[in-house]
Amino acid sequence: MEENLYVSVSPHVFSKRTTQNIMLDVIIALCPAAIASVIIFGARSIAVIATCIICCVGFEALFNIIIKKKQTIADLSAVVTGLLLALNLPVSIPIWQAVVGSFAAIIIVKALFGGLGYNFANPAITGRIIMLIAFTDTMTAAAMPTIVDSVASATPLANLAAGEEVGASLFDMFLGLRGGALGETCVLALLIGGIYLIARKVITWHCPVAFIGTVFILSLIYTGSLEMALMYLFSGGVFIGAFFMATDYVTSPTTPKGQLIFGLGCGLITCLIRFWGSYPEGVSFSILLMNILCPYIEKLTMNKPFGGAAK
Amino acid sequence: MPFFKMSGVHAPHLKNTASMQPIRMDAPANVVIPMNMHIGAPAKPVVKAGDIVSVGQLIGEANGFVSSPVYASISGKVTKVDKVTCSNGAFADAVWIESDGEMRICEDIKAPVVTNFDEFVAAVRNSGVVGLGGAGFPTAVKLGVKDLSKVEEVLLNGAECEPYITSDTRTMIDRTEDIKEGIALLEKYLGVKKIIIGIEQNKPEAIAKMNGIAEADSRVSVKVLPSIYPQGGEKVLIYKLTGKIVPEGKLPLDVGTIVLNVTTLATIAAYIRTGMPLVEKCITVDGSAVASPKNLIVPIGTSIKDVFEFAGGFKETPKKVMFGGLMMGIAVPNLDQPVIKNNNAVLALNEKDAKRPEESPCIRCGNCVNHCPLGLNPMGFAKALAAKDYEELEALKVNLCMECGCCAFSCPAKRNIIARNKLAKSELRTYQMKKAEKEKEKEA
Repeated sequence: MEENLYVSVSPHVFSKRTTQNIMLDVIIALCPAAIASVIIFGARSIAVIATCIICCVGFEALFNIIIKKKQTIADLSAVVTGLLLALNLPVSIPIWQAVVGSFAAIIIVKALFGGLGYNFANPAITGRIIMLIAFTDTMTAAAMPTIVDSVASATPLANLAAGEEVGASLFDMFLGLRGGALGETCVLALLIGGIYLIARKVITWHCPVAFIGTVFILSLIYTGSLEMALMYLFSGGVFIGAFFMATDYVTSPTTPKGQLIFGLGCGLITCLIRFWGSYPEGVSFSILLMNILCPYIEKLTMNKPFGGAAK
Repeated sequence: MPFFKMSGVHAPHLKNTASMQPIRMDAPANVVIPMNMHIGAPAKPVVKAGDIVSVGQLIGEANGFVSSPVYASISGKVTKVDKVTCSNGAFADAVWIESDGEMRICEDIKAPVVTNFDEFVAAVRNSGVVGLGGAGFPTAVKLGVKDLSKVEEVLLNGAECEPYITSDTRTMIDRTEDIKEGIALLEKYLGVKKIIIGIEQNKPEAIAKMNGIAEADSRVSVKVLPSIYPQGGEKVLIYKLTGKIVPEGKLPLDVGTIVLNVTTLATIAAYIRTGMPLVEKCITVDGSAVASPKNLIVPIGTSIKDVFEFAGGFKETPKKVMFGGLMMGIAVPNLDQPVIKNNNAVLALNEKDAKRPEESPCIRCGNCVNHCPLGLNPMGFAKALAAKDYEELEALKVNLCMECGCCAFSCPAKRNIIARNKLAKSELRTYQMKKAEKEKEKEA
């Protein structure tokens, strides 16, 4: 009996939070948006979501087998990447392109950098950007909701950028009844998911509030009208970006102060691209750019040691 | 006063034994009393094999300024004086005593004469008392203040923030008079004008008892602390009770504060009243493998095997046994380890609780950073350690880490953070020593 005692360094008790249940919480939080996408854009949404998840998990499993690394798919992070990527694609995306996007996200952005925890950029965001550049036509095609008779032929942001009428009411925009990527349109569903993550203490309010707040205030200044500012806020991918992509642990700062700056930067770059860039949407690019700046923000905003003497 | 948002974790309380009055254990058949139960120079054995000793008799004399004398905890025959590896990792002399079953009290025991500060400090030294909260620093060194006017307040640590442990709680409840006497001694000989007793809010009975002391003495106050681990860490407690920040490399006294554990103070008072030095210790015996958790008063040097046996044995096969609480306890490889002065609990965990969860990669969630009570960056430590970047470790102040375990507790990837922090601290020390040597050589 005594010969078989475990000996380890303290502590000898651990919180119930694990990487796996954090990822599970993110998946749960994305469910409202995923369900909304099926309601809004029809059954093909399921095919796109399933493709991305299966491919992401499959590619990660395969990669681990090939390089003889311990299998990591049980941490569910590949599921999150797949789900997020799918929710960032239009419903009309060809399936093979979704497969390519999953490959880019999991293999190029995540696995080649060392897997979970070592990637410097958000895999889903970068996967989407790679697809946007490679498959510009299909990625920017305005996939329209199937549950309403829609006469519009472009996404609200494209309309806004072109100075045209949006063709959807603010309330429709809040519910997600407009053209756009699968999971980005239904603000209501994203808010429910975001609040769930904050309530579960998976994320804090700092980054999303800074991100959304910055976009709102800058849009208000730019357009000079509350309605138009809300139009800008509800269109594009601000909410999915602010709650689910900019808060990715691996690629964002750790302290509340750093997260505020990170969110602020995301909001600022998003608006710069939206108002003056050649792309109608800037959320993905803003997050990717801030991902790159993350180590510097982290260094500047790290907590100060208690009682530490100045050097 | 600079503001610092002090963090921590909600560790489980598990204070199952809080309402259990300690039971005095029967004399064990033999004890092993190490000479290094404190920080500083180990005591020097003054007995040899074959000597007959009695309870309270000096068996090891303090060997230097930062040291503490050691006394026999049972009566009987010294069978061996030899080296032993202690639970705190040190390798030093120890005295083996075989009990005669009588627990004869040493005839020399008599209350010391204390009439002034110097005699008080000498008495504290002779009592063999060291920081009983776990630090094991000789209390006489702490109280031997050269300039008493520097002491603005004394803080009594009754936080007891570790899971399971209730021995300080029992001291506050059962030995209220000792604490009261101890406070009177501090007021008389150190001229202390302000005494604050800090207790976590989950100990209502102890708080009530201490409030009783505070009501009768205007210099004493009780401050109830939130039950957030680690309220009992010295720097944390000082900040929480006074708002003062102990700077790096400085002692509490440098900010006008002395921190004493409640049991330490009670033991000093008891010694000055009776002359019986520190020979026994109240410890909590608990854990998921223990059949009937309880508080026991055990002779110092008793093997934990005897302690568990007396407490009623195990209900499940113990798979991990430790001194101290779940957050900072030291796991030991066998049950032969003796109870030493600064132990306040022995825990035995079942298979389920014993196994450390497997490590997975850091996902940079920031829990370690945001839960560190001292505002440190364990994530950065790990990175700098892996890169052997000692300048960076120095800049990140890994040396300030008190190894409280909040980072590792809150880590979702179950990283072995404390092990890395310990390693980083030790490698940094080696690096700094080598650097200093090199600079000396250059100068020479």
